[in-house]
Amino acid sequence: MKAAAKKRKTKEAPKKTNQKTPKKARTTAAEPANDHLRGWLRMLAASPRLRLVDLTQTLSPDFPPIVLPPEMGQARPFRMEQISRYDESGPAWYWNNLSFGEHTGTHFDAPIHWISGRDLANNSVDALPVEHFIAPASVIDCSAEAGANADFLLTVGHIKAWERRHGRIAAGSWVLMRTDWSKRSDPVAYQNLDETGQHTPGPDPACVRFLVKERNILGFGTETIGTDAGQAAHFKPPYPCHYYMHGAGKYGLQCLCNLDLLPATGALMVAAPLKIREGSGSPLRVFAIVPMRRRG
Amino acid sequence: MAQAPTRAKRKNPVLRTPLPTLPPHARSRVALGLTAAAARGALELQVCRDCGAVQYPPREVCRDCLSSRLTWRPRNGDGELVAETVLRTAQELYFRERLPWRIGIVRLDGANLVVYVHESVGRVPRRVRVEAALDRAGEAVLIAVSPNGRTDLSADAKLREMTCDPRGRKILVTDGKTVIGQAVVRALAAAGAEVIWVGEAEPWKKIAGSATLRDLPQVTMVPLDVTDSASVRELAGEIGAKVDILVNTADCHRTSAIGARGALDAAQLEMDINYFGLLRLAKEFAPLLKARAADGPASSVAWVNVLSIFALANYPPHGTYSASKAAALSLSQALRADLYTAGVRLINLFPGPVDDEWDQLEMPPKLSPGALAAAVVAALQGSLEDVYPGEVAQDWLARYRDNAKALERELSEGSR
Repeated sequence: MKAAAKKRKTKEAPKKTNQKTPKKARTTAAEPANDHLRGWLRMLAASPRLRLVDLTQTLSPDFPPIVLPPEMGQARPFRMEQISRYDESGPAWYWNNLSFGEHTGTHFDAPIHWISGRDLANNSVDALPVEHFIAPASVIDCSAEAGANADFLLTVGHIKAWERRHGRIAAGSWVLMRTDWSKRSDPVAYQNLDETGQHTPGPDPACVRFLVKERNILGFGTETIGTDAGQAAHFKPPYPCHYYMHGAGKYGLQCLCNLDLLPATGALMVAAPLKIREGSGSPLRVFAIVPMRRRG
Repeated sequence: MAQAPTRAKRKNPVLRTPLPTLPPHARSRVALGLTAAAARGALELQVCRDCGAVQYPPREVCRDCLSSRLTWRPRNGDGELVAETVLRTAQELYFRERLPWRIGIVRLDGANLVVYVHESVGRVPRRVRVEAALDRAGEAVLIAVSPNGRTDLSADAKLREMTCDPRGRKILVTDGKTVIGQAVVRALAAAGAEVIWVGEAEPWKKIAGSATLRDLPQVTMVPLDVTDSASVRELAGEIGAKVDILVNTADCHRTSAIGARGALDAAQLEMDINYFGLLRLAKEFAPLLKARAADGPASSVAWVNVLSIFALANYPPHGTYSASKAAALSLSQALRADLYTAGVRLINLFPGPVDDEWDQLEMPPKLSPGALAAAVVAALQGSLEDVYPGEVAQDWLARYRDNAKALERELSEGSR
């Protein structure tokens, strides 16, 4: 037993030196990752009831992809062509061919997605440490602000106000910006484009720097098409959430939904992108395990 | 209640919808020369290069000197109607369903032509002009019309059937976002279309001009993305059985040279819209058009593709676009063969550079979207299947017909 435990520890040793799992990312930095997992699972096990919440939008041709000027390279939207459906092309079976860009629907952004993260080790989806696929979530409710102002920007002030109510954001956790934007089922309202571009909420540059440097989070998740605000091309730097997060080896999750069903803290989130060689991201199924206080 | 004059009487739903019949359409290879000219709206007859005799009907050797050196040459069509009769019985189903037929003989350049006589032409003898048109099977027929003024095929009950007049018809324009699509919608509305469905892909991308199409009373915007099979299938299910004319304006035009970074991505998008988009539309809408080709005066009649003169020979600065349009041209020939089995005509337009954002760097003359739209309407009102609108397209066509290889080299010079 002891030998086996030792063997497992030595096997995991190289992962601890991974650039994207800095020691201070851990609440108890000396412990290997699965001790964190054990701790989180213990907390969940102590809860009288658990709820699973799907945070994923359905992949379909109707779900809009990111809009870029037409002369630029374009992310392909989701498309599905039937191979057979119990017919002469396949008498007893139904299946389809799919095509889509890596950044389609509810999707994961790896550090290699951005130029600032291009030289990091293990920066593509195939190389990510598997222990990063399960992490707690801090959910910041900006739904009222985003409802009043499509260009709402999350600031350090908002984060600190949240922390006064819910406690300090744990290192190594996902920070999810709840805006209820995913409730916009009409793709036109969801994109919210006008002649000056897209108008969707996101974090401001100082907020992103704070979450990266002062809180050392695992990544930032949103309900909109980007982790950045719709007008973030005009920020300094442009697209700060991509620039700072990926430059520091952090991740992005976008087009999430059902964030209104998550508590501010306490949910454990599973977000494992497809294992694509040198992939910059991928659509994925994201769900959360939410502890409930009592049976109801 | 009085119907609007342009609207066809509604069909009686208890009666079987008639099946289309076709005029006889077997032609010898040499006789197809008449059809080839008629397809682009021209009258051509064989002329003997040895003795100069004009030939009719098309033949292998000269009727006068037996020379085999016969060449197709354009004729102005001026002739004299010297005899006429009325056909009151016919064995061919197409003719039988439409009796009687007024036919005649026109003396033209020394040859005697058997023609259909337009209702507006008075009795023999008299000066007439002979025009070539395509019948519902896509073969050339000769028509004697009044020598003066513009020929109005729709003024003759039988010839109207050989046109695809948009008046009173229900039309699907597959993309209303491009400047060409917008111009086509407006031109069809002005030409009397009863209903125009306008396809809208990616509705979150708002394009100036396309929003105001909604203000036209004939227009209904419908979701349609030709890159999405499910979208095409769904629209075909919803309106396909009502569409009389389909005008495919969906187009993707990028201007990358083949070695450019991103050229593959752009080329795939071009193929997905220009080629696979046409294929998806054909798969879903062609069977529906064919099923209603004899459905009364507002039957299904035509399929229009806006291609490009670049489909004939590649223009290297727009190399991948040219290739996608060449692919679409080839596919359209297969679609045309299929549609003609029911008498539905496929019309291809081959415009040169258009005055839009993707041909910004092309030198004038450029075809205005309005002129292209007018060409679409004129093609439907007339009786032809290949349209080369504008000076550049006409010039390229002439060069292509003269020497396709030389045109290839001329076009590649532009990119050196």
